[in-house]
Amino acid sequence: MAEEAHSEGGGLVFHPMDQFIVKPLFGGDAIHWYTPTNVTLWMGLAVLAIFALLVLGTSKRAIIPGRTQSVAEMAYGFIHKMVEDICGKEGLKYFPYVMTLFMFIVFANFLGLIPGAFTTTSHIAVTAVMAVAVFLGVTILGFMLNGAGFLSLFWVSAAPLPLRPILALIEVISYFVRPVSHSIRLAGNMMAGHAVIKVFAAFAAIATIAPLSIMAITAIYALEVLVSFIQAYVFAILTCVYLKDALHPHH
Amino acid sequence: MEGDIVQMGAYIGAGLACIGMGGAALGVGNVVGNFLSGAFRNPSAAAGQTATMFIGIAFAEALGIFSFLVALLLMFAV
Repeated sequence: MAEEAHSEGGGLVFHPMDQFIVKPLFGGDAIHWYTPTNVTLWMGLAVLAIFALLVLGTSKRAIIPGRTQSVAEMAYGFIHKMVEDICGKEGLKYFPYVMTLFMFIVFANFLGLIPGAFTTTSHIAVTAVMAVAVFLGVTILGFMLNGAGFLSLFWVSAAPLPLRPILALIEVISYFVRPVSHSIRLAGNMMAGHAVIKVFAAFAAIATIAPLSIMAITAIYALEVLVSFIQAYVFAILTCVYLKDALHPHH
Repeated sequence: MEGDIVQMGAYIGAGLACIGMGGAALGVGNVVGNFLSGAFRNPSAAAGQTATMFIGIAFAEALGIFSFLVALLLMFAV
C-alpha cells in the first residue's frame, strides 16, 4: 500500500515515509540478516559516539573535569540518581543495564536528527527488541527473587475483596501490554516527528508557502530535540518502574 | 471493486483512529497542568516529583499510542 501511495505521489515531491526505508549499504536489494544496511551503520555510529563520550572522554580522570568529562559525569549521575530514587539501593545492581539502554536510545535519537541520517529508533523492530528484553528480564527476575510471591503484584491487597478478581484481570492485561506500549511509544514518537518534518520539507517546494514551511521545520526540529531526550528518559524511567515491580512486588 | 471498498474502509478507519490522539492530548495536558498547579503552591516539593510526572505522562500517552497502532495496522496490515 505504501508503494501505491508512493507512485501516486499525493502531490508531494517525495513521500514522507521514504526516510525509514532500510537499504543495503553496498548496493543490491536483497537484505539478509548479515547484510550491512543503513541501520547497521547508524547503530554502529551511536555505539562509537557513546564510546567516545563515556570511555575516551573520562579516560584522563581529571580532578577538574573538562567539557567532555563533565557531560559524561552528568549523564552518569543523572541516571544513577534516577535508578536510586525509583528502585531504591538494591536496584543499583541493575544500573548498568538502564544506563546502557538510556545512552543507546539518546544517541540513536540525536544522531537521527542530523539531516540525512537514519533514525534507528524509529523502527518498531529495534525498540521491540529492547522492550521485550526489559519485559522478559523483569519477569524472570521477579520470579527468581520472589518466587510465586511475584504473583502478588496482580492481587491488589489494598482494594476491597470483591473488587480484587476484577482488578487482578486488569493488572494482568496491563502487565502484558507493557512491552507493546514501551516499544511503540519510542518508535511512534520518533517516526511521527521525523515524518512531520519531511511533510513540511515537501511543502517548502511551493514558493508561496516556503517561508512559513521553513519556519515550521525549525520549530518542529527544536521540539524534536526535546522529544528525543524526553523519550529516552521515559524509556529509562519506565524500565526502572518495571524493575521496581520485580524487586518489591507488594503494592 | 470489493477490494477498493475494503481499502476505503481501512483508510477511513485509520483516519478515525487519529481521534484517539485528542484523548492522549487531554490526558497529558491534565497531568502536566495538575503537576504545575501543585508545583506553584509548594515549589520546594516539586523537584522530587518530576519523575512521577513523567511516569504519569507516559501512562497517559500509552493509550494514545494504541490508536496510532490501530491506524498503522489498518494502513499496512489489513
